[in-house]
Amino acid sequence: MSTATAQKRGFGAAIWDYLTTVDHKKIAHLYLVSGGLFFLIGGLEALLIRIQLIKPSNDFVSAGFYNELLTMHGTTMIFLAAMPLIFALLNAVVPLQIGARDVAFPFLNSLGFWLFLFGGIILNCGWFLGGAPDAGWTAYAPLSAVSPGHGVDFYVLGLQISGAGTLIGGINFLVTIINMRAPGMTYMRMPLFTWTAFVTSSLILFAFPALTVGLFLLMFDRLFGSGFFNASMGGNSVIWEHLFWIFGHPEVYILILPAFGVFSDVLSTFSKKRLFGYTAMVFATTLIGFLGFMVWAHHMFTTGLGPAANSIFAIATMAIAVPTGIKIFNWLFTLWGGSITINSAMLWALAFIPTFTIGGTTGVMLAAAAADYQYHDTYFVVAHFHYVIVGGVVFGLFCGIHYWWPKMFGKILNETLGKITFWTFFLGFHLTFFIQHFLGLMGMPRRYWTYLPNQELDTGNLISTIGAFLMAIGTIVFIINVIYTSVKGHKVSGDPWDGRTLEWSIPSPPPHYNFKQTPLVRGLDPLWIEKMEGRKGITPAEPLDDIHMPNPSILPFIMSLGLFIAGFGFIYQVDNLAFLWVVILGMGITLGAMFVRSIKDDLGHHIHKEDLEEGADQ
Amino acid sequence: MSSDQTLNPETLPEQPERATLEGKNKFLGFWFFLGGETVLFASLFGTYLALNNATNDGPGAEELFGLELVFIMTMLLLTSSLTSVYAMYHMKNNSFSKMQLWLGITVLLGLGFLGCELYEFYHYIHGEGFTLRSSAFGSAFYTLVGFHGGHVTFGLLWIVTLMVRNAKRGLNLYNAPKFYIASLYWHFIDVVWVFIFTVVYLMGVI
Repeated sequence: MSTATAQKRGFGAAIWDYLTTVDHKKIAHLYLVSGGLFFLIGGLEALLIRIQLIKPSNDFVSAGFYNELLTMHGTTMIFLAAMPLIFALLNAVVPLQIGARDVAFPFLNSLGFWLFLFGGIILNCGWFLGGAPDAGWTAYAPLSAVSPGHGVDFYVLGLQISGAGTLIGGINFLVTIINMRAPGMTYMRMPLFTWTAFVTSSLILFAFPALTVGLFLLMFDRLFGSGFFNASMGGNSVIWEHLFWIFGHPEVYILILPAFGVFSDVLSTFSKKRLFGYTAMVFATTLIGFLGFMVWAHHMFTTGLGPAANSIFAIATMAIAVPTGIKIFNWLFTLWGGSITINSAMLWALAFIPTFTIGGTTGVMLAAAAADYQYHDTYFVVAHFHYVIVGGVVFGLFCGIHYWWPKMFGKILNETLGKITFWTFFLGFHLTFFIQHFLGLMGMPRRYWTYLPNQELDTGNLISTIGAFLMAIGTIVFIINVIYTSVKGHKVSGDPWDGRTLEWSIPSPPPHYNFKQTPLVRGLDPLWIEKMEGRKGITPAEPLDDIHMPNPSILPFIMSLGLFIAGFGFIYQVDNLAFLWVVILGMGITLGAMFVRSIKDDLGHHIHKEDLEEGADQ
Repeated sequence: MSSDQTLNPETLPEQPERATLEGKNKFLGFWFFLGGETVLFASLFGTYLALNNATNDGPGAEELFGLELVFIMTMLLLTSSLTSVYAMYHMKNNSFSKMQLWLGITVLLGLGFLGCELYEFYHYIHGEGFTLRSSAFGSAFYTLVGFHGGHVTFGLLWIVTLMVRNAKRGLNLYNAPKFYIASLYWHFIDVVWVFIFTVVYLMGVI
């Protein structure tokens, strides 16, 4: 739809349309494109890391540049690639799955995106302005507090701004799911993807403010001379570790839960079966969300919190294996006896189960506090979290993107190219990271610039680098697939997979009001129920009537731009106090835009019944 | 069915702040936002408690804090919370001018609080030489109390903007949720202050 409008109204109008849009489907496109670009940048950084480590005593990149690469790889992949790509799926799918015409706060939805994007740009500006952040993605104090140059300042301001955007997005989805469900869509009839979106959003709400505070403290230490992490002023750098991981551990569940939701929907659709143990899946999801807040100190076993704290956090961590195990078995039982279709989306889902199980197993190993003294900060940890984050989140994103691509763009991604993507990426992934478990057990520390020859680390690192290139090839094939499909792909119907949930009951791509008539939901897998009773579509819950829709607005873009400008002011006022004027200018723009938003009524507009009836004839 | 009619009914419903879907969304969304704010202040309190003895040979809590001024500040802010309740009471009775009056009193009390806080900070900085850079304790104190003061300032600007913007047109279902969540925010600020009063000042002196 977007390309068609663009051709009709010219390129500038299309740009303006996306700058001002409050339509959740277009915001999903924005998240997908920008998250995808950051994924490529983060992937490039990963390749440079692996090239540096291809042989011992290599000097492909300098040690300082290597620090910047590993910091930016982690930060980019977590905050600027995985988070927005998850928000892309949430925006594209959740309102459709609950039968809503838009999200609860369309304006804030747009604001969340622009804050994320401008934050991401600030973070990456470091590359061009004298050095990127170089204190690791965890930015442990006191290193991060004293790291010279402006690198870590870009980290602090960039994450602060994009984190605010994420928090806004989380609140938006919580309220959307609670208040905007169609008649009959009770909590226990929501598709599992919507359930995971709900739990993830509540984790965002309660986890991100801890990061906000941590970043403020670091910012004040670096830019205004406070002493939170400065031992000579009585400061305590362990505070950073706590605040960072109180955020950071829920963050990994924020990432993985929506991926669990994707797999649940995909496995159910392509097994032609209702999800096995739906109630247990919901229970497991909320339990994981709950326990996710109780385990942050397992990242700090070697900090010296004492045996009592270590034991408690070790046990809590191991407990998470129980609900996760429930999920693994339910996915297997969903497949059991199903009429299984294997396509690209399904391949990712099938590959996920064993891959993630390996990641979960090493997770339980790491949770054993006594043993962790051996694993801590080695490649064993690197292997573990790549097994859960790539094997879980990235597989989930690929799976979800292949599954919902026809819903978002009206065309199915090419199957052959999709399978090539899968096999190269899947094999490349295991080649890269499986061997790293052993490199870690042999004592190779993470984040080191290089290693010495003849320590039995050479072959393993070579294999790992080869695997990384295979993953890169898989990603390139995926990009080719996207281009090929948009040029050559055929239009498909609204329901190409013979789907079970509400999003497949409307055209692909959906009209901007989503549902002409609000659907009436009569059970779990509502579309499947109607199909089983011989109907073609969903029963409407209301007669055809005028539809109320929100107005587009440029204000979210301007608010975010203001903070972007103020961010640079904060960073450079250390060198020259005149930059405080830049802070005032930027904050003025943002507060001014908030003021305009507050005093100008925005009542939205109506799509009239007659126009809707015309649309039906086309 | 135009928006004007639906948002300006003859008589306001019992809960005008939650009569429309937008109002319901704002109401719920703002409660969630306050949940996030709770974590934010909890993190700041945790930091303060970890550092409140790290005075770096500079002035500590017992030397600095006097309870007289803080008592006045507490009374001002607690009373302003009460007056904002009156304002919401009159909102539900659809008596706009009385709501504006009580909101005006709320703002005055808030300004009084803010004035006292500025005086307090000025006194610490110029009288006692106690700043953000004095010690980790100073950093934690100014960050925690300053974050609260920043919230008070923002809340005042917010309430004044709403009062001025709607002065001429009165209450309707479009702005009732806006007034209501501004008063929720004001209560939240008040609750945070109760904790600051206890954890920072009382525990600091006693």
